[in-house]
Amino acid sequence: MSRISEKFHTLRAKKEKALIIYLTAGDPSLAVTKELILAMETAGADILEIGIPFSDPTADGPVIQAAAQRALKNGTTLAGILEMIGELRQVSQIPIVLFGYFNPIFAYGTKKFALAAQKDGVDGVLVVDLPPEEARELRQYSDAAGIDFISLIAPTTGSARERQIAAQTAGFIYYVSITGITGTAAPVIADIKIAVDRIEKITKLPVAVGFGIATPEQAREIGLLADGIVIGSAVVRMIDENRNNPELVKVVAGYVSKIKQALR
Amino acid sequence: MKNQPDKYGHFGIFGGRYAAETLMPALIELQEAYKAAQKDKTFRKELSCYQQDYAGRETPLYFAARMTKALGGAKIYLKREDLNHTGSHKINNTLGQALLARRMGKKKVIAETGAGQHGVATATVAALFGMECRIFMGEEDIRRQAPNVFRMKILGAQVVPVSSGTATLKDAMNEAMRYWVSSVRDTFYIIGTTAGPHPYPQMVRNFQSVIGKETKKQIRKIAGRNPDVLVACVGGGSNAMGMFYPFRNEKDIAMYGVEAAGHGLNTSQHSASINAGKVGVLHGNKTYLLQDDHGQVRDAYSIAAGLDYPGVGPEHAYFHSIKRVNYVTVTDREAVAAFSFLSLQEGIIPALESAHALAYAMKIAPKMAKNKIIVICLSGRGDKDAQTIIEEKLL
Repeated sequence: MSRISEKFHTLRAKKEKALIIYLTAGDPSLAVTKELILAMETAGADILEIGIPFSDPTADGPVIQAAAQRALKNGTTLAGILEMIGELRQVSQIPIVLFGYFNPIFAYGTKKFALAAQKDGVDGVLVVDLPPEEARELRQYSDAAGIDFISLIAPTTGSARERQIAAQTAGFIYYVSITGITGTAAPVIADIKIAVDRIEKITKLPVAVGFGIATPEQAREIGLLADGIVIGSAVVRMIDENRNNPELVKVVAGYVSKIKQALR
Repeated sequence: MKNQPDKYGHFGIFGGRYAAETLMPALIELQEAYKAAQKDKTFRKELSCYQQDYAGRETPLYFAARMTKALGGAKIYLKREDLNHTGSHKINNTLGQALLARRMGKKKVIAETGAGQHGVATATVAALFGMECRIFMGEEDIRRQAPNVFRMKILGAQVVPVSSGTATLKDAMNEAMRYWVSSVRDTFYIIGTTAGPHPYPQMVRNFQSVIGKETKKQIRKIAGRNPDVLVACVGGGSNAMGMFYPFRNEKDIAMYGVEAAGHGLNTSQHSASINAGKVGVLHGNKTYLLQDDHGQVRDAYSIAAGLDYPGVGPEHAYFHSIKRVNYVTVTDREAVAAFSFLSLQEGIIPALESAHALAYAMKIAPKMAKNKIIVICLSGRGDKDAQTIIEEKLL
């Protein structure tokens, strides 16, 4: 069982919901990203989504776009991110999902990427612009390396396609709670309930909901409907706003622990 | 030549549909709607009526006698896409896509634009069919293509300035895609070039193929035979694909796609994706991209805003890979010289984009025999570039 499946398993037994946190690697620096991850783990984050910055993030709102720009300006590369995860693995067993766009992975080399990700302790990969139709060129290597290929289901997906995606996904299903880009609208609870109920009927995989969740209240409400929630833009914004604050790590950890409380 | 693309939109290893899940159902719906429209006689007839009575097709194939004489070699013919309504070949595609949008019951359209030619052509058809229209345009392009911005506004379109990245075509396309993700249920995205996720490269190619089909008929009537050489500029590559595609199986015809070398391929200031890029994935398809070693897309540059794009249509990447088309380059300086040359020799002010094709033809024509025929796709007129030419003191 992968670290991701194991985590959902443990949480289910405790009747807790997974708190999945996204942050852009290298914003403000890879060293701080590592510190943040460890602090967030202590504060109650269950799974980390580490964003690979890309020059043209067409599914992201302004907050994550700007974070990617800053990270790239700092010289953040996929190789550097993998190395940071390798170091992290010496001290932490938190499940890690690499989240990003296909081109940086393609440029690195799909086979080389899968092998390096396995060696450095990456548990899952979510590539926003790699739908099932195009996924083979990565999955032929990443599946063999035991890396969970996590897929998105969107409000527009439709039931036939939902089945197809669910059948090909590993780790968990990421349900996109808004018809839009990251962090730009508040999700509508009633719509999420209908969608998650429908997805849970077609798969045994855990379902996590994300895009637009920012407050403990939203976390609690959506946590009641699904197996986990993802918070991205809210954390990325907080990191940016506190970039010069010596208490940055503490501030973010405090927020994470508040959200986790709401999910218990 | 095997028919491309396959059902997932692949041209050899290029193309495909690398899109966010939110858009995938819309792309599949579009593919099906387009397939049905292609088979529908009424749709085809409607499109051809608008092409004729509204856009002004067919466009002339003009023998440039003074240019031919001045260069002293092959006979030069210009396919006058600049004479289309709105001043470029872009209307061929926007008419097709807008009719398709109407057929699909979509009342809102969006588009990205670089030089503003596609933006104007989209705003035009939106006005024609009573659709709400939003055009995404980089701030830098808004500055250097001001006349086209005014035209779009007069036509009732909302021009959305894009300030991210280099504030040019690539960023406008990013922003249009983001907006589309949020509005996909009621909005049709009219992509302006043979790029984007499947079915766009195929669909835009087919709508633009009217250029090559007419040329084939016209040159056979005028000269009784096929041309020897075709030349067209390539940014995303829609006018070039429209010209080349109908001739792809005519093995004796040499084709040249001209990329923008900007300040030179030895600088970082150019847009020559095929000549100086590597294979990658951007805007929904796999193609040649200007990018760094880490897969981060680099900024493109050209004096011609419509060529200022770090990618290229996937079918061009394919034609390059099978060596069907020769992809060559022309610098800013050479393009401006050709711009001036055509204006003075023939009384035709070409778009700076098209001037790249002219400049390459000017290099090869003198070396060819006088009985040879070159057809250049004059994709647009250059009124929009007057400001650039004057500002940069190029005359």
